[in-house]
Amino acid sequence: MGEYSLRRREVVRQLLEGRGGLLVISGLGASSWDLAAAGNNPLDFPLWGAMGGAAMVGLGLALAQPERKVLVLTGDGEQLMGMGSLATIAVQKPKNLRIVVLDNERYGETGRQQTHTANGVDLVAVAQACGFPKAQTIYTVDEVETLKNDIYQGNELLMAVIKIAMTNDLLVLPPRDGTYLKHRFRGALLGSEIAFE
Amino acid sequence: MAESEETHNLEMSGHWAEQIFTILKQQNITIVSYVPDAGHLKLIELCQADAEITSVVLTSEEEGVALAAGAYLGGKRAILLMQSSGVGNCINMFSLIKTCMFPFLTLVTMRGEWGEFNPWQLPMGQSTPAVLEAAGVIVQRITAIEEIGETVEAAAKLAFNSYSPVALLLSQKLLGSKSFGRK
Repeated sequence: MGEYSLRRREVVRQLLEGRGGLLVISGLGASSWDLAAAGNNPLDFPLWGAMGGAAMVGLGLALAQPERKVLVLTGDGEQLMGMGSLATIAVQKPKNLRIVVLDNERYGETGRQQTHTANGVDLVAVAQACGFPKAQTIYTVDEVETLKNDIYQGNELLMAVIKIAMTNDLLVLPPRDGTYLKHRFRGALLGSEIAFE
Repeated sequence: MAESEETHNLEMSGHWAEQIFTILKQQNITIVSYVPDAGHLKLIELCQADAEITSVVLTSEEEGVALAAGAYLGGKRAILLMQSSGVGNCINMFSLIKTCMFPFLTLVTMRGEWGEFNPWQLPMGQSTPAVLEAAGVIVQRITAIEEIGETVEAAAKLAFNSYSPVALLLSQKLLGSKSFGRK
């Protein structure tokens, strides 16, 4: 635990700049606000609830679309609630799935209470023990750039925990009508005629 | 004897599992997730042996709810197989299904309702229909072997054509109760 220099908004913007056809699922809370601040793309599916479910939504999407890269962007608290899903995902090992945890070691939406990662729990070690072929902790801008290359150019399941500072960011909210988000995403991915299916 | 009774139940399970499997294939369900139950044994084996189906073993049932939502976002259909004791694990994740109107189909093998030996199965088994309905899930039930194919087909059509969550309960009377070696 400690002071980290990376700032979440800058990290997310860096990872998503020039994203092309990358499909992005974000976990509830600040990760969804970061995603909205980075551009509110039709290929974003930001969760406003379903805590612990982001990685599994990502797995379902990755299995359904094996030719597309899928990025799950979530927080330490959200991923801790879905820790079992790391085992489930490692069994499947989809080559097109990337899980990135923005880890400020706090429950940011509820008063900044410490999460387990502030107290020694290491999600990268959990992912490694589950059998993720690649899992790493990231502290610097250069490491974020290497991760970005792995996300877009790599061909294996990966998880990264990015240690970030606790920051006060402008609240940028994505649309919160779930049916709109669903239709927008499916239309952008599968074509607008999918609504007539 | 207990052993032959359980063998008989598994043979029965094999008979209707093939009917369900045929319907899943017809309905283009290609992702099957599960926390196992003895009642689903044969169906899980059939899915695992099929090259066009991805079988996903879960650590907890709510993972299968989120998985189904992601699969639908990507244009595929999924189903969750679980026993009634897993229903309670899914409740908060159902918010994803309801809020976004995702189609969702689950086949629930019932415990704690018909000749149950294990008292620990009763609280969740007895409350399964009420809990599902409180969460906004449509509950349908299979009680007779003759109606299994048409009921699964109707539930799948209801879920995927009306973008609704549907739970199909397989009665313990159909599955047989586990006796733990006692008469």
